[in-house]
Formats: sequence, structure tokens, C-alpha cells
Amino acid sequence: MAEPLETTIRSPLAGWTPHPLTGIRLAELPFRTQVNLRLPAKGPAADAVGLELGVPLPVEPGTTAGSGELSVLWLGPDEWLVVGSPGADLAARLAARRGAGVSVVDTSALRTTVLVAGPRARDLLAHGCALDLHPTRFPTGRCAQTLLAHAQIVLVAVDDGTSGAEPAYHLLVRSSFANYLADWLEDAAVEYR
Amino acid sequence: MSGDGLRHATEGRIDRGTVLRFRFDGTAYSGHPGDTLASALLANGVRRIGTSVRLGRPRGVMSAGSEEPTGVVQLEAPFPDPMRPATMVELHDGLVASSLSGRGRLADRPDPARYDAVHAHCDMLVVGAGPAGLAAASLAVRSGARVILADERPEVGGASPDTEGDDWFDRAGARVLTRTTVFGYYDDNYLVAVERRTDHLGAAAPGNLARERIWRIRAGQVVLATGAHERPIAFAGNDLPGVMLADSARTYLHRYGVLVGRRAVVFTINDSGYRVVADLAAAGVEIAALVDPREATGGTVGGQVGGRYGGHVVVAAHGDDAHGHDVLSTVDIEPVGGGPTVRVDADALLVSGGWSPVLHLYSQSGGRLRYDEVVGAFLPDGCRQAVTVAGAARGLTSTTACLVDGVDAARQALTALGITPVDWSPPSVGAGAEGPPPATAAPGGVPDLRFVPAEDYSTHFVDFQRDVTVADVLRATGAGLRSVEHVKRYTTAGTAHDQGKTSGLLTSAVVGQALDAGIAELGHTTFRPPYTPVSFAALAGRDRGQLYDPVRVTAIHDWHVRHGARFEDVGQWRRSWYYPAEGEGLAEAVRRECVAARTGVAFMDASTLGKIEVQGPDAGRFLDRLYTNVMSTLAVGAIRYGVMCGLDGMVFDDGTVARLAPDRFLLTTTTGNAGPVLDWMEEWLQTEWPDLAAWCTSVTDQWATVAVVGPRSRDVLARLAPGLAVDAATFPFMTWRDTVVAGLPARVCRISFSGELAYEVNVAWWHGLALWEAVYEAGAPYGITPYGTETMHVLRAEKGYPIVGQDTDGTVTPQDLGMAWVVSKKKADFIGKRSFARSDTARPDRKHLVGLLPEDPTLLLPEGVHVVDPACLAGGRLPEPPVPMLGHVTSSYRSAALDRTFALALVAGGRDRIGDRLYAPLDDGRLVPVTVAGPVLYDPEGARRDG
Repeated sequence: MAEPLETTIRSPLAGWTPHPLTGIRLAELPFRTQVNLRLPAKGPAADAVGLELGVPLPVEPGTTAGSGELSVLWLGPDEWLVVGSPGADLAARLAARRGAGVSVVDTSALRTTVLVAGPRARDLLAHGCALDLHPTRFPTGRCAQTLLAHAQIVLVAVDDGTSGAEPAYHLLVRSSFANYLADWLEDAAVEYR
Repeated sequence: MSGDGLRHATEGRIDRGTVLRFRFDGTAYSGHPGDTLASALLANGVRRIGTSVRLGRPRGVMSAGSEEPTGVVQLEAPFPDPMRPATMVELHDGLVASSLSGRGRLADRPDPARYDAVHAHCDMLVVGAGPAGLAAASLAVRSGARVILADERPEVGGASPDTEGDDWFDRAGARVLTRTTVFGYYDDNYLVAVERRTDHLGAAAPGNLARERIWRIRAGQVVLATGAHERPIAFAGNDLPGVMLADSARTYLHRYGVLVGRRAVVFTINDSGYRVVADLAAAGVEIAALVDPREATGGTVGGQVGGRYGGHVVVAAHGDDAHGHDVLSTVDIEPVGGGPTVRVDADALLVSGGWSPVLHLYSQSGGRLRYDEVVGAFLPDGCRQAVTVAGAARGLTSTTACLVDGVDAARQALTALGITPVDWSPPSVGAGAEGPPPATAAPGGVPDLRFVPAEDYSTHFVDFQRDVTVADVLRATGAGLRSVEHVKRYTTAGTAHDQGKTSGLLTSAVVGQALDAGIAELGHTTFRPPYTPVSFAALAGRDRGQLYDPVRVTAIHDWHVRHGARFEDVGQWRRSWYYPAEGEGLAEAVRRECVAARTGVAFMDASTLGKIEVQGPDAGRFLDRLYTNVMSTLAVGAIRYGVMCGLDGMVFDDGTVARLAPDRFLLTTTTGNAGPVLDWMEEWLQTEWPDLAAWCTSVTDQWATVAVVGPRSRDVLARLAPGLAVDAATFPFMTWRDTVVAGLPARVCRISFSGELAYEVNVAWWHGLALWEAVYEAGAPYGITPYGTETMHVLRAEKGYPIVGQDTDGTVTPQDLGMAWVVSKKKADFIGKRSFARSDTARPDRKHLVGLLPEDPTLLLPEGVHVVDPACLAGGRLPEPPVPMLGHVTSSYRSAALDRTFALALVAGGRDRIGDRLYAPLDDGRLVPVTVAGPVLYDPEGARRDG
């Protein structure tokens, strides 16, 4: 995407002020750059993309690779989501590498990111996520395409830097589902107020 | 019976210092924290709890647990709740309950309580916190496993608090779920439980806590320590209040400090009855008689007993005139095989017909059961799932044996998990720790007495809730039924809320006796979830109201709300339906919106259209196979309409394809079909054409789309996009341009779904609202009018554009829609091509999409109404059914442009009937005449699309 136009840009959860909770922090992390990549996991194309990103594409299912602000999420045997900070020129850089047999689609506005962090973050997510998020099973750096209640999400266990050893997760949700997801999270959290 | 003296001075785990007030059937009573409603009623001398459903007989409490067949009540306050076993209702201040006959009542007002659900994972799930379960959980915790321990009671320790485990069970190491019933056991060690979290708090329950919580548990290993249910014995009047399962009397004594009577008869066929005698005698209950069909050989009994009746059975229980006929007063005892009757006065008759291991969950898990002649019950016999049964649930009887077995089960499960079990055993295992039973009076095995022989079996109950007697079962076998499953359905035995927990084996035994077959041979009826009844409110949880199904909204939704839009749901999307001005209804608003689009300019939020980007060197070839027409010849910068069919040649979806680059295409799909279309494309790519280098990526939510429609739309766009040449020659129909609109990076497509000059402006989702507001502002001088889906439908129908899913139903080909032009005759193959060679798809009498004009131009045909041929009418009326139908109306609207009503319809041979008069039978009996027309009723020459 071009540089966001600050006066006119509006994130899917722009109107959301999460209710204060005990042991849980909720926040929208809007406008993060996201690029969907499809290509064979092995071969010159994958090597070229890895060089461009400065990090090889992760091939282990459900893992991420990262360097600085950039992270690459494994979504499938031939699919990755590259996530960067808002305004990053990832799509253009990767499109230049597109060449034969690589699909590069800018999906920065397709999803927004919701941060769920804090000592009770896992309790909150357990109300709607069927995956085992125990740190022995879903440690920092794991990702999964799954459901939270009835919304498809990409779930990433992150080290968000501010919470120390506390669990922190990024929930990447489609823009049209973001309001539902926020309403659902707020309702699930009634017990933690 | 007066309640005086029924509360023991010291026994029980109740808080005597606190008094709780409650009401039952309008009378005020009191109890203590730690009581159940059943224990408090018994302590107050209340014996009759309800009335049986079919025969109207008095019924009381029979057990002390969730197996309770008869003591079922209606809760009235704090909130109405039907059919709750009084044995499982924890007493709290202000509880109001009433007796029931059969069914209860749901509340007549919405339930204000929260219900929710949680997913949980563990290495080991232990079901049941009696001795075996506590021991198993304890070893697992000490060995470092993730453990969930669930028990339906308010505290751990099992049925009788022989073992508390408080001193050695590490609660903190496990997730201990009390008041939690594991009610379903499914594949892959997935179990579902319900936790009752606030009921015991009564009115003090915090509103933000879920009243009930569903636990969805995935366990590496499961240990079932679910205990055993004591069985009744069928004899005359065995349902009378005062007749109870023997060991429940111990539970009432030890857990609640309640004496179930002052003078008891114990009727047992196994040794466990003797510990009842011992404990009750020690607590001051007079044991009037001990009846055991086994021949007494004179062992010791741990307590004073009025009469020893070895080799005897109880034949009948009665009330009397003095105490009333709805409670027990006397017990008739006879020698086995007949003889003189002894009548004994008693206010409690405590019956033990042996123990049935609780294997409901085990059976649900796929576990096999085998009848064990020595134990006299079904025992676990192997399961494909990772489950171990421990303790009384596999027929063990002593506390020590259960503790040891729990440890063994856990050790086995841990080893299977790859966790090394630590060396540990519960400290209470060892010399002196052995609890009851005491010395027995009768050596030998358990006799298989299930019912006492009699002439008349009409009050020998086998299912107390359903009022099924031995006589009913014998009637079933007499009618020729041989399978226990068939007998169950014929008699309804085992179909009540308790699923025959206490009495299932009785039924089998009666069937066995009648057919001279063994129980082992007859087998058992199927155990199905839920183990105990679960409320629909708990299962629904938070999936109701606003959260029932996701509501998808566009980036512009808030504007629509602010401007008074009415909405309709399209799939999960909430779309603007129409925007009524002051005083307008649907018809007036839609007419105004249509006029604006046809004569000035109007705009709509089209962001919900499905969008899929297809990239790769083979993208064009891939689309050629998907669509009925050719896409690979599309020039970069151009757009083409396309139809996808299924293998059957029937229309599956339609939309547009824009070529963004030689190897990049952008597809649109119908709003409701975006997911299925992407799945369809992926399925073909992954399973049939993996050789094609093409990838699909959903971009529906990447783009916000604003359709600007009408003769003045070019003026509006020109104001917003000064850098874009908007004239028809430079920017022709069915092309797209990347440009800047209202300062936003945008892709503008010249597409029309109305027949008017129109543009679809696409910007990033997060710019959608800004674009919409800019269009609104720029269009203001032209009177730009927002419109919704209803106007969109009218505009497209006037042009005969079908909506897949409204004008089609999976039986309609493109040719049926009059779109033979969209089906390529040149392509070697595409999905559906073969089906167009079938004779059936070429029949001349297939249903065609046509227009219908009611002869009364104000009459709006209902959608779905049929049309018939006048030739079939007799005297102006419909013939007798079956009436030959020609087809039906798929869309029907009022048109401002045509100044009349019109409809689209699928009519047999419709294109050959243009100009014909047909009739539509309406619900009110009228037959209204309509004229068949071509589907394109407005601007058939297409003169308006360039403005």
C-alpha cells in the first residue's frame, strides 16, 4: 500500500475502547502491513523471497520466522503471511521478486490485529479457541489458522516486549469480522472485570 | 413424620451454626449449609416429594446422588428450573421448590443468567473424586502431568466421605472441577462436562459469573473413577416413600447428619448392607430387621438388630391408616420360596440389590461391557480409546482396593503418555485403614435376586420415574419382544431423566427370567450422552442474541446506521436494505432511490461482493476451465462477465473477472457465495489440476467498494478524480483504471448492474468511509442518493439480470437464463461442458427465465407463486390437484421506470410463450392473469450504459 493518509484512514476497530480488565489487556494494532505469499516451499523462488525478506520462509507447520519488525507466518505448505509495521513497502519489494510461479497479494487492509495479553489471556481465549495454548504446546513463535468462537483468525503467540513473561497473542481477523470479534471478547471477559 | 430428632448431633459435614430458610410446596423449613434439598427435607421429616407421572403414586427420595429416580422437584426461586433431582440441589437461603408429577415447567420469562463454555486440555482427565479418582489424580500431579479432576459433588471425597484425601491430595497441582458432571465422551478423548457454578450461592450469585459452564475437554488419557450405583429390588410397593437405597442412608448420615428414619428394616442381598446396619445402629437408629435371602450362618453384625432374617426376602412394603398410605409403615417378610409372613413396623426400608459400576461414559467412549456373574453386574471389557477404569467402576468394593487401583490406573495412563510415574501411594493405604464392610453374616457370592416372586407384579417397580413394573416388562415379553432395546421402547423403562441408572439391570433380569436367558446373553441398552440432563441454556452458552452468528459489516456501516438505513442479512453480512426518508416505507423509499439511479445519480456500498485474486502463469488457463466462457483472451485493463457451473451444468455463481496483469486476475463472486467459490477453486487446483501454476487469495475484506450509478455518475467521478479521463471513449464499458479518487489510491471499474452508466470505485478497506463521504459530498449538487439492496434488486431485475440463488436454484443452466452467449462453443473443456451435451439440458420445455407482467399493473405478485396454463383451467377455476404447474415467480417488484409492477419467473418453455397469457393462483384464491415477456423490460437496446 501507499503511505496511509492519516486524515482519512480508519481502522475496523477505530471506535473500540476496551473495558479495563483484571489480568488481561486488549487492544487493536491497526494498519499492519500484510502480504500473502504463495509459492513452492523449496526452490529458487523461495530462496529469492527469503533473501528479500532477510529471513528464510518457515517450513515447519504452524511456525513463524522473524527479524526485527518483520515476521513470516506459515499458513500452509505453499502459503505464508508476511507481517510488517504499518506503511512498510513489503508488497512492492516482494512483487518485484514475483517472477514465475510466485503469488504476492497485498492484504494489509484485509485483516486487523487484536492484541490479547496478560496473565489471564489464555483463560479468555479458551472460551472460544479449541487449541491448546499452554506454553509447552503453543510457545512464543507459534501460529495457527483457527476459529475464535465463530470468527476465523490467524493466531500468533508473540513476545510483545511490554509484558515480560506474560502470555501475549496477536489475533489477525478479517476486517468485516473485527466488530464481532471485539464484541465477543468483551462479552467473554465479563467475568474478568 | 415429625422431623424431631432426625438430625444427628455431630455427624455430617454441615454448618450447624448457620440456618438457611427454604420453602417446599408452600411450607417454610430450615436447613444448614452443606445440605441438599433432599437431605434438608428428610431432616424435616418430609417423605413425599412428588407424584408419579402415570399411576399417580406417592414418591419420595430413593438415593443421595445424581442417579435419583424419584425425588425430582420443580425449582421456583431464585429462578424456575424444571425437573431437578433434590439430591443434587444444594440448599441455599431463599430456595423455593415444589413437588412434581412428571414434567416440570420452564420459566415464562427470559433467563437473566450467563452461561458460557471453555475449552480445556490435559494429559489426564480423572472423572470422579472418590478414593480411586483422588489417588489417580494425586499420582499424576506428583508425576508432573497436567491433570483435570472432575466430580459432580460439591467437594471431593466420593459418595461417602470415608476418604477425604485432604491430607494427601494436592489441589493446587490439578484443575479440580467440583459440581461438574462429565456428561459426554466422544472420539479422540474429547469429553464434555457441565459445571454448576453459582446455583449454590442462591440470590447472592454474582451476575458476571456464568451460572453454568460447558467444559470441552481434550485429554491424553482418561481415568474413569465413576463409582457404582446401588440397585433396588422389585417387590410389592417398592416405590413407597420411606423405601430407599441402603447405602444412601449412610451418605445422609455421614455427609448431612440426617437419619433417614428411626426404625429401619435393611433388605440386602450382598455384604454392603451390613455396613449400613452397623453405621445406622451406631447413630441410634433402631434396626428392626435385617433381611438377607442368603442363609444366615450366624456371623457378627456391627450393631444391635431386632430380628435376623437369613433366607428371607421382603415381599411387600405398606403404609397404614395411622401414618397414611403415602409413606412406609410396615414391611412384610417371608422365607425364600414362600412361607409364613412376618409383618414388621418400620419407617425406613433400606434396600441393597447389589451394585452396578457406573460405565455410562466408558460405554459412550466405545468401551465394551461384559457381564460378570460373580459381581452380578456389567464390567469394562476393553476400549479403543485411551481410557482406564478404576475403583468401584470396575467392581471393586473396599476403599483400600479402590485407592490402590486408582494409583495403578494412573501409573498405566502416565506410562502410556510417556511420563514416568513417581513412586507414591496414598498414606491411608495400610494396616488399620481398611473401612467397612464389617464381618458378614453370609459367606458366598452375591445371589442374583432382582425381583421377589409374586402372583401380582403390578406394584413391583423397575423404573420408578416412568412407572414401569415387572408386569409391564412381562407384558412386553408376552407380546413377543426379545431384545432389551425393544423392551425399553415398548415399556419406556430406562427412558426417563435418569436413563434407568438404578434400575436398568432389573429390566434385563425380568426379561431374562421370562425368556429363560442370561443377562450376559441379553446385553444392555445403549448409554447415550448426556449422562445427566443438561439445560439447553448451558449448551447454547453465549451463542445467542447478538453473538449467535457473526455479523459482518463493511467499513461504511456506521454511516449507514447514522443515516437511518434499514438492514437485511445476506449470509453473515449486514447490508443496507433501503434508506427511508421521513415518513417513507419500503415502497416509497425504493421508488425514490430507483428514480435517482435512473435519472440522476445514486450510490451504494458494494463492499460485500466476494473478491478473489488469482495469480500465476497458468491463471488464464485455470479460469478458462472454471468459467463457461473464455477468460484467457481478456486484455489487461479489461473486465468480462462470467458464469461458473457445477459438473451438472447448473449455474453455481456469477461475477466479473478483471485482468490486472498477464498473470493476475481479480474475480468477484456473489456476496453469499464468496467462501464456497474459493473452496471450489482450491478443490480443483489441489485435487484435479495440481499441475497448474495458479494461486487464489481471498481479498474480499481488502477492498471497500462504492458503486456510483446513474446518468450523472460521470460528473461525480470527474469531480473526485481529476486525473482520470472519464469520457466513454477513453474509459469504455467493462474496463478498469488505477487512479486516485478523492485523494485515495483507487481502482475504478466501469461495470453496471443496473444498465445505467456506472462506476465501481475500490479503495483499501480502511479508506472506505472516507471515499463514501467524499462521493456523498461531490454528488450533493446532483442530488446523489444512497440506495440499498432492494433498489439494487429492482434495477437489475428491470434489466433481466438474474441473481444466483434467487432466480436460480441449482437446476438452472445458463441457457435457461437466456445466456447461451456466455457458454463457449470453442473451448475444449470447462466444468459443466459435458452436461450441456445431455439431451435433458436441450429439452425445449425446460424452465426459462422470462418476465411476467400482471395485467393489473398495480398487482405485485408474491415471490414463489406458481403460474399455470389457461388450458388446464375448468370454468375459470383450478382443476383438482395435482395441478400442472408451468413454473414460479422468482423475483417481483414495483418499477418506477416502467410505472407498473413486474416479475421474473422460471416458466416451462417460457421463451416460446412470450406474449401468452398465463394465470397465477394467489393465496386468497384469486387467479390473476399475467403476460409473458422477455426478461429485459427496461432499455432492451442497452442505450443507457454509456450515459
